[in-house]
Parts: sequence; C-alpha cells; structure tokens
Amino acid sequence: MWIYEKKLQYPVRIKNPNPRMASYILSQFGGPDGELAASLRYLSQRYHMPISEAKAMLTDIGTEELAHLEIVGTMVYQLMGGASIEEIKEAGAGVYFSNHDRAVYPSTGTGVPFTAAYIMSKGDYIADLHEDLAAEQKARATYEHLIKLADDPDVIEPLRFLRAREIVHYQRFGEILEKLYEYKNSKKYF
Amino acid sequence: MRDSRRRRALLNQIRALEFMAVELNLYLNSHPTDRRALRDYNAYTQQLMVLRNEYQSQYGPLTNFGTAQSGYPWAWINDPWPWEID
Ligand SMILES: [Fe+2]
Repeated sequence: MWIYEKKLQYPVRIKNPNPRMASYILSQFGGPDGELAASLRYLSQRYHMPISEAKAMLTDIGTEELAHLEIVGTMVYQLMGGASIEEIKEAGAGVYFSNHDRAVYPSTGTGVPFTAAYIMSKGDYIADLHEDLAAEQKARATYEHLIKLADDPDVIEPLRFLRAREIVHYQRFGEILEKLYEYKNSKKYF
Repeated sequence: MRDSRRRRALLNQIRALEFMAVELNLYLNSHPTDRRALRDYNAYTQQLMVLRNEYQSQYGPLTNFGTAQSGYPWAWINDPWPWEID
C-alpha cells in the first residue's frame, strides 16, 4: 500500500517560464536515467532480495524516487505553464508541443517515450545492486549537466537537492551491496 | 490565497523534519542497531506528529485513505495541489 502526501519533498516555485529548460529537465521525468526509471527499477527488484535490509532499502528509495518524480514533474509544469507559443517555438519545443501542448508526458525532451528497457530486474541480487549504484551515478551526472544548463536560482536549487539525494542513495546502496556479499559468502559454507 | 505565507512556512518546518526522518530511515535500514540514529528518528517522528496535527487542523489533510480526518466539506480536494504555486 502507498499513501500520498499532499506536499513536495522540496519546494518548487518557478516564477519565470522557460520551455527550453523544461524540455531539458523532462528527461529526468521519463528519460533513461530519470526518476520514473529509478523508482520502477527499485520497486521491481525488491521482490527477490534475500535479506531484510535490502528489501527495506529498495522499497524506501523506490518510494523516495516517486517524490523526486513529483518534484521534476512540477518543475516541467511550472516552466511550461506560462510560456507563449512564440517562446515555445523559439525554444525548439514545438515538436513536443505538437503532441503534448504544455502537458507533462513521461519522455525525453525530444519526445522519446518512457520504456522499461531503461531498467533491469535480473533475478541476481549482486547484479541488480551494481546496476543501482551505476544508476545513481548516472542520475547524479544528469543533474550536474542540468545545473550547468540552468541560470535561474528557482530552477538550480531543486536540481541541487535532487543531485544531493542521488549521492546519499549511492552511499546506502553501497552498504547494501556489502551486506549482500556477506550473505552470499556465508551461504557457501552450508 | 489568504494566509499562504503562513501555510508555506509551516509546511517548510514539516519538510525539514521529514527530511531528517527520511535520511535517518534510510541510514537505519543499513545500520539497524545504531541506537543514536534510532533515538533521533523517534524524536523527529514525535515532533512531526505534533506539527502535522497543527497543519492539518488549519489547512486540511496532508494524507488520505484513512490516515487523517477531514472537516466539512471534504477538504482533501482543496487547492493548492503540490505542483501549483499559491
Ligand atoms: Fe536516487
């Protein structure tokens, strides 16, 4: 069961629309290293985890990623919200507009739809945790790229928060991977 | 909205405490016998219960599905939703 909390994990109040920045950031909604991919990856992998620490960590980080999906969706919504057709055309977001208007759709900024091909659930807990560590680093790198592309503090602050969370997730998954190796080695002697 | 500034200030206090709770929760998942982290987690949770009650009595439920009561009329549907600027 999941309970929705009617608030953002980190506040987003973007005063100036910017459709170009919206299309850049959209990748973190429905792109290869985005928050939807992250959440689905962890919430799918958790079922076959052999130790309780791993089950809890994948459930909780998978849940936190959904809160991040909401932050990213809010950023796209606010950046697209007040933009005029002229601004959208100038920003190169016309192709996206032709299919989605100003809506938030899980895709990259160029309109490539979300796909589960971005994630894996291998049935091998060691392989899965290695994927998760790489995924956190790729998300961290993407946020750094986005911060370089941004010039509005209203946009940069939430991106910084999201970047920092990926570093914490990486740390926690590293601890889980160690425990999984311990578990695997202990099994050999039975 | 009338007292949007006050509402947001209270929400930010809740956010700050909840952030600490999330951090400690994840940490405790991999360090379940760390007594100090556990004590902090329980303390933040206690403070969050008090602040959530204060917020919800003034601005309506933060959570639904039987986790918080509502006044009349059903306040869960009230604007603003989290993605909206008020
Ligand atoms: Fe993450």
